[in-house]
Amino acid sequence: MKKSSLFGLLALVIRRDLVLAMRRRADVLTTLIFFVMVVSLFPLGVGPEMDMLRKMAAGVLWVAALLSSMLSLGRLFSADYLDGTLEQMMLAPQSLSVLVLGKMAAHWMVSGLPLVLMAPVLGLQFDMPAEALGVLIISLLFGTPVLSMIGAIGAALTLGLRGGGVLLSLLVLPLCIPVLIFGTGAVEAVSTGLSATSHLSLLGALLVFALVFTPWVTAQALRISME
Amino acid sequence: MAINWFKYSAPTTFYGLAGKLIPWFAASSAILFVAGLYIGFAVAPADYQQGEFYRIIFIHVPASILSMFLYLVMAGYAALGLIFNTRLSAMMATAIAPTGALFAFISLWTGALWGKPMWGAWWVWDARLTSELILLFLYLGFIALHASIDDPRRADRASALLAIVGSVNVPIIYFSVKWWNTLHQGSTIKFSGTSMHVAMQQAMFTVLAACWLYAIAVVLARVRSIILERERNTTWINELPEVRS
Amino acid sequence: MSSLDIWMRENPLAYVWLGSYAVAFLIFAIEIAMVIHKRKITLQQVRLMREAEDEARDDKSGENN
Repeated sequence: MKKSSLFGLLALVIRRDLVLAMRRRADVLTTLIFFVMVVSLFPLGVGPEMDMLRKMAAGVLWVAALLSSMLSLGRLFSADYLDGTLEQMMLAPQSLSVLVLGKMAAHWMVSGLPLVLMAPVLGLQFDMPAEALGVLIISLLFGTPVLSMIGAIGAALTLGLRGGGVLLSLLVLPLCIPVLIFGTGAVEAVSTGLSATSHLSLLGALLVFALVFTPWVTAQALRISME
Repeated sequence: MAINWFKYSAPTTFYGLAGKLIPWFAASSAILFVAGLYIGFAVAPADYQQGEFYRIIFIHVPASILSMFLYLVMAGYAALGLIFNTRLSAMMATAIAPTGALFAFISLWTGALWGKPMWGAWWVWDARLTSELILLFLYLGFIALHASIDDPRRADRASALLAIVGSVNVPIIYFSVKWWNTLHQGSTIKFSGTSMHVAMQQAMFTVLAACWLYAIAVVLARVRSIILERERNTTWINELPEVRS
Repeated sequence: MSSLDIWMRENPLAYVWLGSYAVAFLIFAIEIAMVIHKRKITLQQVRLMREAEDEARDDKSGENN
């Protein structure tokens, strides 16, 4: 009984946030366009040699995904904070961690998942082989939720501060470095003929670790910011 | 001699204690710096492989060690402040951050200067240098977060949480960077511990002790200012001799 | 670039001293100066506040008399 109600709550929060996001489609699109733009700028910056681009592809896509996931983090809690919903959520008898987890999941579906879906197209721009492309998508699929979850901690800590956006990136980017390393490492392992399993399982371990701890930490951060 | 440690966890008593201790820490730090540098430059022989350049490690290694330890100490104080809600621990964490960041910077700077003659480049993406850089970013994030929140209580608690999250992340970052580095076959020159001359070790440990004492003195001095600032509305501050005069 | 390289090889001790130790001690000196300055400023602030309080109290007691 209790379990199903927890999942029901989770689904409710996710659905609510998705509906809200769909009402402001422009926000979702900007993140995606930013991602495409940053990735497309790299060949213009470093030159069109395909050999080099093929080598850089994974790193470029990952860094671009990291940066564009920073863009939308500021919105994660701010709307709910401004209209008082967040305060209601904290007073609610349900666990704040679960509510936060729901918001994280919704945030990832809105800002992380589109990037993952867009990545193969961009990978083709860089002439990535099919195998590497597959691993890239899997690594992004594992990695971007971690970015959303770590980012949520930063978003909760910087809630309602002036200049929050830049500060948020300053706090969150260093914490995201392991995700970046394992994500690009997986693709590189495949392109050099090794197995990507170890990288991907480390990435999976990070995902599980983040899944267990970040909702609670974010809930604590929200309590600190709201009191 | 039994000391009641809890007595000194209150800003009131700690303020006076710190004031008494600072000159001692500062003086012994200065003496040890002189002694360490004397051993390092006059007694220790030149390294047969690296010539005179290796003498940079007498400051580089202590600075790196301190920058890492200070982060842990800072996170420890932050955790204490968050869990037990003690005012002083949060103030200590705030006071440690700038010193830690400066040591991280010194470590990077001297690392680059050591790398130039050794590797032929100012900057090499070596695992240790890279993690040190990330550590500097973590310090800067802590300082920036604390500085941009006006309410001191929220600033303390928010940056404490960040420090704890950071300290959980530090080992993950370190191992991921190390792993990344071995994958890319980074050039690393290692100091084999056995080949180090005794005088070299002595010099390094003496400077390390000097840096510790220096850090303690500076942190205590800074925390005294923070106490004054935060508690300025209390009567005990108004009765301090330095305030009355 | 290369002249710096040559100079570095010829004067390794000067390179070590000026490059790392002088910079490190400069940073220490700046930090110490900042800490002392902070202490001075805070003390000044606290004193000012105290004086303002004292004056307010004096004014009040003056009215009572």
